[in-house]
Amino acid sequence: MLREEELKTFVDGTTRYFEVAAQQPATIGSPYLLEGDVTVHDYTGVISISGKREGVVYFTAPRAMLTVLLMKMQESDFSHENMRDLVGEVTNTISGNARKDFGHDFVISVPSVLTGEKLQIPHKAGMRSFVIPINWRSHSAKLVVSLT
Amino acid sequence: MSAAESIGRRQFRLLIVDDSNIMRRRIERSQRFEELAVVGTAGDGLEALELARRTDPDLVTMDLTMPQMDGIECISRLIAMKPSLRILVISALSDKATAVQAMEQGANGFLHKPFTDRQLNDAIAELIS
Repeated sequence: MLREEELKTFVDGTTRYFEVAAQQPATIGSPYLLEGDVTVHDYTGVISISGKREGVVYFTAPRAMLTVLLMKMQESDFSHENMRDLVGEVTNTISGNARKDFGHDFVISVPSVLTGEKLQIPHKAGMRSFVIPINWRSHSAKLVVSLT
Repeated sequence: MSAAESIGRRQFRLLIVDDSNIMRRRIERSQRFEELAVVGTAGDGLEALELARRTDPDLVTMDLTMPQMDGIECISRLIAMKPSLRILVISALSDKATAVQAMEQGANGFLHKPFTDRQLNDAIAELIS
């Protein structure tokens, strides 16, 4: 079952992503246990986890935040496709970085992307879901980690 | 003719492999070496193999988590095609076992995502040297 102390690797990964890729640190709020539904933003990256642990990692962000992120990356293409690409890449990077602590058997899928749809949080025996709030510039996003 | 070619320096042919368009452009934009010419970009391992056959690269930057064919298998096949190929893995997968596995298949370097332009340029400089 996902323990609170295991969230540190995702908090660290999110912090590192914004510091390095966006060249501007984000403020990471206190993670909280998800009970019920979660409100999603415009774009949501989804990584399925298999192997030693099972579950899903979501990064959900508003279009306005992704637009500024793209600008910081010197991108000038703010199309729907580029937003999907970015939100998938953020989710992939944070999930992949977690293998430093979870190990080689923490198998991550290629990213898929939801646009505005409600999240289907999986319910499996022993699975817990936490929300990690992210504030960057004037924007808010969330990382949702659901793992056995 | 490029500046590097015009003064007689060797120019390395670079193939960029990543399933993210943004990452491919980022890598393409960040490299500032006259000695490099980007000969192609691929979004998965199968496309990379096809492009490698057509463009005969000297260097490859390789993502690992990709659809169709992942980076580890692609490295193995590329090295079988051209043993002298030099490959820099650029991936978010941060466990040691993955880096060791990539090196065993024939990769020459490993750069973790996210990375700065300087880290990328240092890693490519090392690959060229």
